Amino acid sequence: MVFHLDKCIGCHTCSIACKNTWTDRKGAEYMWWNNVETKPGTGFPTKWEDQEIYGGGWEKTKKKPKLKSAGKKKGLGNIFYNPKLPAMDDYYEPWRYRYQDLFDAPEGDDQPTAMPVSDITGEVMTPKAGPNWDDDFSGSPDYARNDVNFKNVSKEEQEALFMLERMTFFYLPRICNHCLNPSCVAACPSGAMYKRGEDGIVLINQKKCRGWRFCVSACPYKKSYYNWKTGKSEKCILCYPRLETGQIPACMHSCVGRIRYLGVMLYDADKIEAAANAGEKDLVNAQMEIYLDPFDEEVIEEAKKAGIPESTIEAAQKSPVWKFAKEWELALPLHPEFRTLPNLFYVPPLLPTMASMVNNVYESTSDELWATIEKSRLPMEYLASLFSAGDTKIIEKVLKKMMAVRVHRRNKTVGDMNKKEANKVLKDTGLSPETADAIFRLTSLPLYDERFVIPPAHREEAIEMMEDTHEYKGEAGLGFTERPKRGL
Amino acid sequence: MINTLLFIVLPYVVLVVMILGSAYRYWSKGFKVSSLSSQFLEGKNLFYGSLPFHWGLVFLFFGHLIAFLFPRAVMIWNGMPIRLFILELSAFAFALLTLSGLLMLIIRRISTPRLWYVTNKMDLFVYLILLLQIVSGIWIALAFRWGSSWFASVLTPYLRSIFTFNPDIAAVSVMPFMVKVHIISAFILIGMIPFTRFMHFLVLPLAYIWRRYQLVIWNKRSI
Repeated sequence: MVFHLDKCIGCHTCSIACKNTWTDRKGAEYMWWNNVETKPGTGFPTKWEDQEIYGGGWEKTKKKPKLKSAGKKKGLGNIFYNPKLPAMDDYYEPWRYRYQDLFDAPEGDDQPTAMPVSDITGEVMTPKAGPNWDDDFSGSPDYARNDVNFKNVSKEEQEALFMLERMTFFYLPRICNHCLNPSCVAACPSGAMYKRGEDGIVLINQKKCRGWRFCVSACPYKKSYYNWKTGKSEKCILCYPRLETGQIPACMHSCVGRIRYLGVMLYDADKIEAAANAGEKDLVNAQMEIYLDPFDEEVIEEAKKAGIPESTIEAAQKSPVWKFAKEWELALPLHPEFRTLPNLFYVPPLLPTMASMVNNVYESTSDELWATIEKSRLPMEYLASLFSAGDTKIIEKVLKKMMAVRVHRRNKTVGDMNKKEANKVLKDTGLSPETADAIFRLTSLPLYDERFVIPPAHREEAIEMMEDTHEYKGEAGLGFTERPKRGL
Repeated sequence: MINTLLFIVLPYVVLVVMILGSAYRYWSKGFKVSSLSSQFLEGKNLFYGSLPFHWGLVFLFFGHLIAFLFPRAVMIWNGMPIRLFILELSAFAFALLTLSGLLMLIIRRISTPRLWYVTNKMDLFVYLILLLQIVSGIWIALAFRWGSSWFASVLTPYLRSIFTFNPDIAAVSVMPFMVKVHIISAFILIGMIPFTRFMHFLVLPLAYIWRRYQLVIWNKRSI
């Protein structure tokens, strides 16, 4: 998956599509399998990125990565009380409005109001937080200033950021990353969580889940949620019932900004452990090394030997994810330092440049091209804290490439630039004019079939002719055949 | 007659109900087996309730189990007064720990409105039977000394006679009233496992210890 943040308009259509499809149930009201956060901001649940609080993800050790606050010893030792579990108030207490009051109110001097009532107790309540509570509140002291990613940004820089004329923000849509090294799966004591071999979707077997809730605390992205009503945990299922029938996930389908891309990536599972244990600076590269070139003859040979269907290999060759993440090196994993090797890559946003008051004039232009990137309104350190485990060089490279594509296109279509300089910019980043055009095309004018390349599910090869695949997998994910009624 | 009913019929009934009921619920109603945690709704008081209650109970459970499995070893251990005192005192301390945890859990459930909406009739039953079990146990420890010794010499033979299908209730029939209460409430507790949240005790995830961390499931295993 690739999310192109430069294109995200923060409309939350993805969240609504997901909510209406999957989480409009009792006990799931507070869940947002897909949510869109304003960055800088504290996110959902509050400060989810701060693993000092929530203890999610993995830690590097000498031999292999170790779960930060779960695992065999810590998990079973804390089975009677999970010390890192976010509580309802870290998300918000869900509520709805009693609209019927508007009709039933007796005649009086005042307008009747629809009071908010809690989805849990049914009592009238005052909402203290809610979905997108901090939407667009980027300069606010409660949200932006508490963003964990400012740890490497100096105090002065931070203060400068919160000055009104310099304030800026961008949106960060988040779903389950369906990681290569999922800490939720490893932390589940019941063995209810698993990764599907064919498409890598991470699911929770609702019949095996016993509600120990270690997936919730172990997932550093907080994308596993506890259903307080059924006593089971739930998470994004990447709309697998849709994927299996050749449709794309609801959030991606409904995306107004068309920022989402979905495609096949071939990878070498034997390299996962080493990559998850790489040094902080090598994390991004180590993860990218896992993915295999679908055009490489040797890779194709091995894939065929491993029983991967021809159509899947073809889909991998057409994958927009391969292009953005590997070929062009434009898309980066979110918080690689959590060491789960997330399969969702973000193209970082090209923010507006820093502006300042010069002679009482609001000045935001610059003569130098590259200078504008280094002076972008959000410090490099901030983006690096999100997408490259603190390495600003990686971010700089990506942003320069994106800028170069813009310069190249402007030179080509408007032609008001110094040709020599424009070509030099392109050369500096190592992009050929053809590649720059390809990046532009897949960024700005991609067709539906270019954004989403899903191979057929090969149902004819599956076991379902002989067996009920649901039964075989232990009735995975959702799709209850019985009412999700709480046990005794 | 009443003794036969309570100490011969009842244990066999509860064992059959527990085994068949739990098996049915586990295999055919898997979705309804959960620890039913309410930590998500209330976490602070749970810490002071759940931890002492569960850990206290773990020790008490193994204490009873050891006395049942190795009565002779317990008798030998109790041969020296100082060792008897240590055993009795620590067992009593764990009982108090469990009781304080349980009381905390009950207070928490009553005083937190959010929790009323995830509480059902069976949860109330669970609280009552646990309270009865622990209070009667503490009563016995105080009133009929020293439990660790006479349990091993009197109750272990009785319990073993149940499991060997040759029930002998001569000794248990003349036990004091509180001891009988403790035994019967324990039987009821066991029998109610498949009908209550006690079920989570049976699905303690011990398999996690020898499982590989990552789990990948294929539709058709070809790789």
